[in-house]
Amino acid sequence: MKKKSMKGWLYLLPAILFLGCFMVYPLIDVLIYSVEEGYNSASQTYWGVGLYNYSYVLRDPYFLQAVKNTLILVAITVPLSTGFALLISLGLNAVKPLRSLFQTVYFLPYVTNTLAVGLVFMILFKKTAYTEGLVNLMLQWFGASSVDFIDGPYWAKMFVLCFYTIWVVMPFKILILTSALASVNPEYYSAARMDGTRPFRIFYKITLPMISPMIFYLVITGFIGAFKAYSDAVALFGTDLNAAGMNTIVGYVYDMLYGNSGGYPSFASAAALILFAIVLTITCVNLLISKKTSVN
Amino acid sequence: MKVVLEHLTKRFPSRSKKEEDVIAVNDFNFEIPDGKLIGLLGPSGCGKSTTLNLICGLEPPTEGKIYFGNDDVTRLPPENRGVGLVFQNYALYPHLTVLENIQFPLKNLRGAERPTKEQMLERAKEAAKLVQIEGLLERKPSELSGGQQQRVAIARALVKMPKVLLLDEPLSNLDARLRLQTREEIRRIQLETGITTIFVTHDQDEAMSISDMIVVMKAGVMQQMGPPQDVYDQPVNLFVATFLGTPQINVFDGEVKNGWLYIGGDRVLETPGPEDQKVSVGIRPEGFTLDENGPFALNLERVEVMGRDTSVVSTHPASRSAFIRSIIPARNRVDKTKKTVRFRLMPDKVFLFDAKTEERVPFTLPPEGVEG
Ligand SMILES: Nc1ncnc2c1ncn2[C@@H]1O[C@H](COP(=O)(O)OP(=O)(O)O)[C@@H](O)[C@H]1O
Ligand SMILES: [Mg+2]
Repeated sequence: MKKKSMKGWLYLLPAILFLGCFMVYPLIDVLIYSVEEGYNSASQTYWGVGLYNYSYVLRDPYFLQAVKNTLILVAITVPLSTGFALLISLGLNAVKPLRSLFQTVYFLPYVTNTLAVGLVFMILFKKTAYTEGLVNLMLQWFGASSVDFIDGPYWAKMFVLCFYTIWVVMPFKILILTSALASVNPEYYSAARMDGTRPFRIFYKITLPMISPMIFYLVITGFIGAFKAYSDAVALFGTDLNAAGMNTIVGYVYDMLYGNSGGYPSFASAAALILFAIVLTITCVNLLISKKTSVN
Repeated sequence: MKVVLEHLTKRFPSRSKKEEDVIAVNDFNFEIPDGKLIGLLGPSGCGKSTTLNLICGLEPPTEGKIYFGNDDVTRLPPENRGVGLVFQNYALYPHLTVLENIQFPLKNLRGAERPTKEQMLERAKEAAKLVQIEGLLERKPSELSGGQQQRVAIARALVKMPKVLLLDEPLSNLDARLRLQTREEIRRIQLETGITTIFVTHDQDEAMSISDMIVVMKAGVMQQMGPPQDVYDQPVNLFVATFLGTPQINVFDGEVKNGWLYIGGDRVLETPGPEDQKVSVGIRPEGFTLDENGPFALNLERVEVMGRDTSVVSTHPASRSAFIRSIIPARNRVDKTKKTVRFRLMPDKVFLFDAKTEERVPFTLPPEGVEG
């Protein structure tokens, strides 16, 4: 018995070593950094232990702006992207001819590089000395005045960021939802047709409950992904996100480490742990809700 | 409500040019009498489910018409036909309770047809009572056994009081004991409600045991229809003869010459009527009588005792299958030390079929009471 369990541990050893080196150790390290007050990265010294880093971060206007941006991004993109993805998947599931062509088209953004897509968005939205940008041209056709989406007002920039995020995360959701829809046993729909069930009721009473586990999965991973957003903002607004007022929490962490104002691992660690707490809370709430719904 | 099928045909177009279209149902013409239980019988893939789907309206026919009573329902959507369908895998909604599942069809009704909440509950409970699952109403389908799920599915099909009930392989997902029970149960429910019921099966035992009438089909073509015993006793072709009966009928290559049937070299039975020709001979296992001086000699392989009767397994060069099985009463002892066993044949258990078309070739039976 003892020998057997030794063998088990031996098999696990590579994974444990790997995870220990690259996950557990850094996590603990982050925790330690976050409570070391006045840490100096040059001399590697600090003068105390406490929660000062947290209180500094929580009062930093840049951090508060980043939290606000992230929350808006999450609140808008997660429901919208999931909803749109569901609509598109339902559509894809309903058409027979050219289905695989459509599926490929909808999946393209997923295999396209974030920065390349960012470039395309710049072309669509950016106002330069030479051009107004495609979207502005269209706005002008309809008689509206042009807006600078990249360097202009806050709402315009937020709109572009949300638009972009939804665009980038949708393909994966469509992929998951189309396969979830396709895996619903067609006998259920035949049974519903036998009773003359109306389409909306079929969707609401049969389809939705059947694919609800997948929807919850997408919502939870969507929340986590949106909270971790960073590269999308960089792709659109460049690396100085604080100046653009479009920083995210992860962006703030990065800036504290390596940005112009970099070299503050303690503040970065504190911000990272605050993000961790937020994501953990929201995920727990999500899981609770999904448990409740699936029981009833 | 009687159901009449007129030139009913369903053709599924082929996916690629190389394949031919599948004609799942080929020119069905028959009438299912009111209030009877009909067994639709045939091997897997012969078009049984498609026939049901046509009758209930889930699939439109390529050609032909369907009448319920005197009404042409060919173009009616399923919900307006007054049919209930029980699916092969039950198709119970897993997230709804038994009660919600049974009530589901009622909740789709609109306008004047829609019962009140109390009436819905009442009717659901009535249906549940009919199939004896009143105690399970609050459970989810996953908390039920296969047999119980089956009953829920039947209750859901009955709750709208259909005029015609269709069951697609209702017993195929049940274990052997439950299968026996459930088929009695289906019979009971059918008799109690008097609903015209069509049930599909590939198991001839099932069909024979509870049906008022059976319809045998093969590759989309209806072969024969009639009361089970009649079809068993008078199969129209070799397919029907082999499909009905367990153990299966024994098939031999034979020849009719001068009014006698020859199998191998043996002159085994007088078969007056047909001209001299090569035939396929079907002999039911119960058509053999042990007789030391009998004309039909088989190579004895082994004897299987089954208590009530005895199964003699033997071989013969002219047999189509490796072994021949004859069932004889247990009181007739077979001498196991001998290499051959000799039989007389009962003429009404012997069928001749055209060697090419496999259609039945009738011959004149001797008068009652005289064995050939
Ligand atoms: N939707 C369909 N499309 C194409 N072919 C089908 C379809 N449904 C059934 N078939 C074909 O029709 C034939 C009969 O099928 P089915 O009625 O399901 O047989 P059974 O229920 O007797 O096993 C089969 O050859 C099957 O492949
Ligand atoms: Mg079938």
